[in-house]
Parts: sequence; C-alpha cells; structure tokens
Amino acid sequence: MKREFPLMITAAVGLFMILSFFVPHQLVSVPADFLQQSAIVVVAFGYVLGGANALKLNAETVYKRNPGWIYKLILVVALVSTVEIGVAEGPGFLDDGKRSRWIYDQLYSPMAATMFSMLAFYIASAAFRAFRIRTVEAGLLAIAALIVMLGRVPIGDLATSWLPTSLQLPTLQEWIMEVPQNAAKRAILIGAALGVMATGLRVILGIERSYLSGED
Amino acid sequence: MNLTHDLSVWIAALLTLAVFSFLYKDNPLYKFAEHLFVGVSAGYYIVLNLWTVIYPNMWEPLTKSLRGEGVDAARHGMFAAELGDYRGWLLIPGLLGVLLFTRLFGRIGWMSRWSLALIIGVYAGIKTTGFAQGDFVAQVQGSLQPLWTGQAGSSLNAIIFTVGLMTSLLFFFYSREHKGALGAASKLGIYFLMVSFGAGYGYTVMSRVSLLIGRFQFLLQDWLGIRG
Amino acid sequence: MLRFFENLDRRWLFLLMGLLVLLPLLFPLALPLTVSPRVRNFHDAIAKIPDGSTVLMPCDYDPGGIPEMVPMTRTALKQLFDKNCKVVVICLWNGGPGLVDRVVRSVADENHKVDGVDWVNLGFKEGREAVMVVMGQGIANAFPRDYKGRDTRSLPIMKRVRDYSSFPLLVSISSGYPGTKEWVQQVQSRFHLPMVAGVTAVSAPEYYPYLQSGQLLGLLGGMAGAAEYEKIRDEKGTATRGMDAQSMAHVFVAICILLGNWVQWRKRKGGTA
Repeated sequence: MKREFPLMITAAVGLFMILSFFVPHQLVSVPADFLQQSAIVVVAFGYVLGGANALKLNAETVYKRNPGWIYKLILVVALVSTVEIGVAEGPGFLDDGKRSRWIYDQLYSPMAATMFSMLAFYIASAAFRAFRIRTVEAGLLAIAALIVMLGRVPIGDLATSWLPTSLQLPTLQEWIMEVPQNAAKRAILIGAALGVMATGLRVILGIERSYLSGED
Repeated sequence: MNLTHDLSVWIAALLTLAVFSFLYKDNPLYKFAEHLFVGVSAGYYIVLNLWTVIYPNMWEPLTKSLRGEGVDAARHGMFAAELGDYRGWLLIPGLLGVLLFTRLFGRIGWMSRWSLALIIGVYAGIKTTGFAQGDFVAQVQGSLQPLWTGQAGSSLNAIIFTVGLMTSLLFFFYSREHKGALGAASKLGIYFLMVSFGAGYGYTVMSRVSLLIGRFQFLLQDWLGIRG
Repeated sequence: MLRFFENLDRRWLFLLMGLLVLLPLLFPLALPLTVSPRVRNFHDAIAKIPDGSTVLMPCDYDPGGIPEMVPMTRTALKQLFDKNCKVVVICLWNGGPGLVDRVVRSVADENHKVDGVDWVNLGFKEGREAVMVVMGQGIANAFPRDYKGRDTRSLPIMKRVRDYSSFPLLVSISSGYPGTKEWVQQVQSRFHLPMVAGVTAVSAPEYYPYLQSGQLLGLLGGMAGAAEYEKIRDEKGTATRGMDAQSMAHVFVAICILLGNWVQWRKRKGGTA
C-alpha cells in the first residue's frame, strides 16, 4: 500500500480537478476548491522542507570540514540568521524598517539582479566563439536573429530609415515576429499542449509514477 | 559625482561588484557573495512561506475554528465548512504538510508520498485542463483563419502562416519516418522553426542586456549619484 | 589579425560589452523610438475600460526582472490611476513581494492614492496555478490577509471585489513561470477575463500566438516595449533611458556573430594573419 495508496490519491484528486472544470455545482466546486487550497498549503510546507534540507546538507559539510566548508559556514549562518530574524518579526517581516526588509533590499535583491545580469557578458562571448553558421538552418537562424536584434532597437530604425518602409529593419522584424515566428511558436504551443495533456493523464491514471521515487 | 552616504547602498553596491568580479576569474570575494546569497535566499523562502501561506491560509483559520468561528460569523462549529471557509478541515493539509518532512528520515520517508500525491494530483488536473483549453482549443481556433482576406499582402501572410504552422506541426510527428512528402514538409517546418529560434535569440539578447543596464543604472544613480 | 581574433581572451569582450552599455548611460544619444502596434493595443485596452473600474494586476517578477518589469508596472499603474481605477495587486513569485510593494506604493503615493481604498497589495501566495483557480471562487479565499497583514475582506476596495467577474481587465506583468502563460490558461480561457500582458523580452516571442488568437489584447515585450509604452504616455522613465545602451549592445552582439563566423570561415580556407 506504500505505493498504491498515493497512486489512488493522485488519481482521485486529479480526476476531481478535471471534473471541476466542467461541473460548476457546489458538490464538486467546494471539495475541488478545498483540494486546491490544501495543495497551496502543502507546497508552502515543501519550501520550508527545501530550506531545511539545504541547511542539513551544508551543516554536514561544515561539521565534516569538507573542502569549501568555510563558505558553507557563511551559507549556514546566513540561512539561520535570516530565518531567526524573519520568524521573530512575524507576519509584517517585510515592512519598512524591519531587519528582514533590510536583508531583502540590500542583500537578496542586488545579488539576485546581478547574478542574472552576468548573462549579458556571456551572450556576447558566446556570440563570438560559439555561434557558427555552417548549415542552411543555422544561416536562417542567424539572419532572423540579426534582423530581430537590430530591428527591435532604435539604431536599427535609424540605420535603415532611408530605405522604403517595407525594407526597413523594424518592418522586417515585425513581419518575422508576426508570420513565420508566430506560426512555428503556435506549432510548438499546440505540440506542447498535447504532450502536457498526455502526461497529465498518464500521471492521473498511474501510468507515470516517477514522482514516487525510491523503494517500497 | 555625488557618492551616497547610505551604508546600505554601499553594501548592495559592493556585493554587486563582488558578483561581477567573477567575470575576471573565480575568486574568494565572489564565492563569499554567492554563498551569502544562497543562504539568505533559502532562509527568506522559509520565512516567506511561513508568514504568507502557512500562517494566514492554514494556522489562523484552524485556530479560529477551535473556537467554532470562521469567515462567516453566522456559522458556528469547528467543521462547519463552506466555500472558502474550511475551518477544522485544514487539519488535513496541515498534517500532509508535516508528513512532507518525513522525507528527511529514511525509514518513514514513504509517508511523504501522500503529500506529494495530493500536490501531483491537483496540478496534473489543473494543468491538463489549462493546456487543453488555453493552448490547444484556443490556438487551433485561432489558426482557422481565411486564407483570402481581400488584400494580396495579408492573404500571402495568412498562407505563409498556415503553411508554416502545418509544416512545423508535421516536423513533430514522429510516428512515421520523415521521407517523401512528409520529409519535405518537415524540412520546411524546420526552416520555420529555425526562424523562430533566431527571433527568440534576438529577444533573449535584449533581455539579458536589459538586466545589465539595470545594474549599471543602480551603480551609477543610486551609488555614485551620476545622472546621465 | 586572424590569430589575434582566434586567441582573443573573452574578458576583452566582457570589457567591451561593459563599456558599450555604460557609456550611453553616461552620455545619452536620445535615439528616436517607434511605437509598435502591440504596445499601442496594450495602452488602448487599458484606456477603453470604464473609469473607476477595479483592475487585477498580478506582478509576477523578482529583482532579476527589475529593468524590464518595473518601468512597465509604473507606467501601467499611472495610466490606471489617471482613470481613477482601483487596482488589486498580487505577486506569485517568491522573490517579488518586497519589490512589488515598494514599486506600487511609490506610484500610489505620487498619485495620492489611499492604500486599502484606491489600491491594495494582497502580497505573495505560493501555489502558482492553484492560486489562480482558487481566486476564481473568491479573491479573498486565496488571500485572507493582504501584504500588510490586514483582513482582506474588511478593506473598502475589496467590498466591490468578489471573484474575476469583478474585474473588466487583468494586467499581467510577468517574468516567466508562473506568469502570463498560466494566467491565459487558467483565467483568461476559463473565466474569459480580458487580458493584457507585459513580459520579459526572453519570453515575449511565445506570447505572439496568444495575441493573434485574441487571448491577449496587447503585449509589452522587454525593455523596448516598456520604453515604447513610456513614449505613448509621454514619460522618460528608466526604460527609455536604457534604450541607447540597448542599441549599442545589440550592434556589438551582431558584430560578434559576424566576426566570429568570418574568423572561422577564414580559418577553414587556410587563411593566415
């Protein structure tokens, strides 16, 4: 029953969710709403579990003095401090003036933004070193990329403003986005939708069981 | 230049530069910032979910229900639930949430599967209907457009669009080998897909560069006090 | 010369990229912007809703999306406040609530709008699509307390709000998942709530099919979309100021692609410096 019972829960809940899409009666909508609210709460517990797991793994590294343990100590201290301060400050922990708010504004926010901004440098480096046009397909990709990149910014507009409107970069860029790009993206959307529907049904019917990882 | 005197902004700016230092090479300063960020993020996510979900959506209504109270003041009883007001029934998600933690203990870890089963069941159901309605039905409906619009230009676009859609879809049809007519059609589909990937690449460049612009704007305006 | 490019340390490219972004921020070129139809439609969709309506505005982003998302949020809020619309803001991204609150609060204060009466930030809720579906039965069911911890149902603005039928429009500003796509699937399709969206440039191409099918009435894509929206509204926000740097960076990446391929082509032909 260690595997069968969860499969039965998934099947019952999943089918009920699908039923609630078609049946607005409260005999269906109220339990469905309760299940969705329950999922919201359980997922939140999942995040707490994730943080606890991160703490456990890194604390072990510090305890065993594995390579890089000093940095893991910084991680553990930061994690525990943030949790302690946040729990002590209560539901208004992100209010102005609170220490949690300071941690969010001056530590979390700038570093989160900067981590992502580094990609701009790598994209330039990759464009020079890795973007190779060796086939017709790659050539099409490159031409589309160049037209869209330059047509989407003011300099592309300025550089081709002397050409007839239909040949200007912004016009070409618009056409690429509205017609061929749109067609291919729609095909991907439809294909992905079919895939998700199939996988969803497989999970609900118990054919796909990978989420029950582990033995037993 | 009008350097800020706010220590907090200095800390944010120095951490920003510490992360940027990785561009030269990996170094202790970057490692410090990286681990600080991961620790703060993990701690923040714990506190956030505790105070924004577990407390208001479960704990508070549950403790209120012990007094027989809920959203609707006219209804009394710990289990006198109605739409949006689940009172004592919130013990179920509470218990399932706690059971998730059994994953940390090998021998009783199997109990966390019940919690996972609820999550998987809810999201599989929601996503199946969402994709079916929003991405499949609506998109197919939107594709059924007249090929002749009365104007040569827009009609040509409609034809190219439809050809591109059909050939791209055929490319994803793997039940038959791509030979003959199917092979030619899927080859054309690949060309449309490559154009879309190229367009996506162009937009991705824009997005990544925007993030860098944002950081530079912070360093110039908030830290160094330089207005362009 | 070929050998120079072949052996070029990528850190020189990083430096050049940094300079080409930095210099236009210090010395603006003021390159002219053209407004695209999608952005015009976004603006017009908001302009068409009755003055004084209550609008739902999910701001699903975190600090990683500041340069693209914050200008869109600010400009959309200003347009809504100019129409005396009431705005209900939520956030479904973990990293977002503090940032979103700061942005919304600053625009509300500039426009002398009262928290809880003219606007409310319901804060963050984990659960992604499940939250969207629960809101369909009652907004306050998903958000019993707002960002400041007040009882949602007791707020004056929420007296007029029950579920999605209370809104004439949904203005989604999103960085990715969960975001505009999920709002289209779970809310626009299921509850037929008209929608416009402001999204990051990296995700903008995937929303063109939704525009064409009418599921989205308008779309802002990335910093360029935000800048064009600012232009319609006659504002010179951070997005507009960043477009010169954007232009330079794009030209640089284009040159890198062409130069990199030229180097490889010459190498294949057996060329030497």
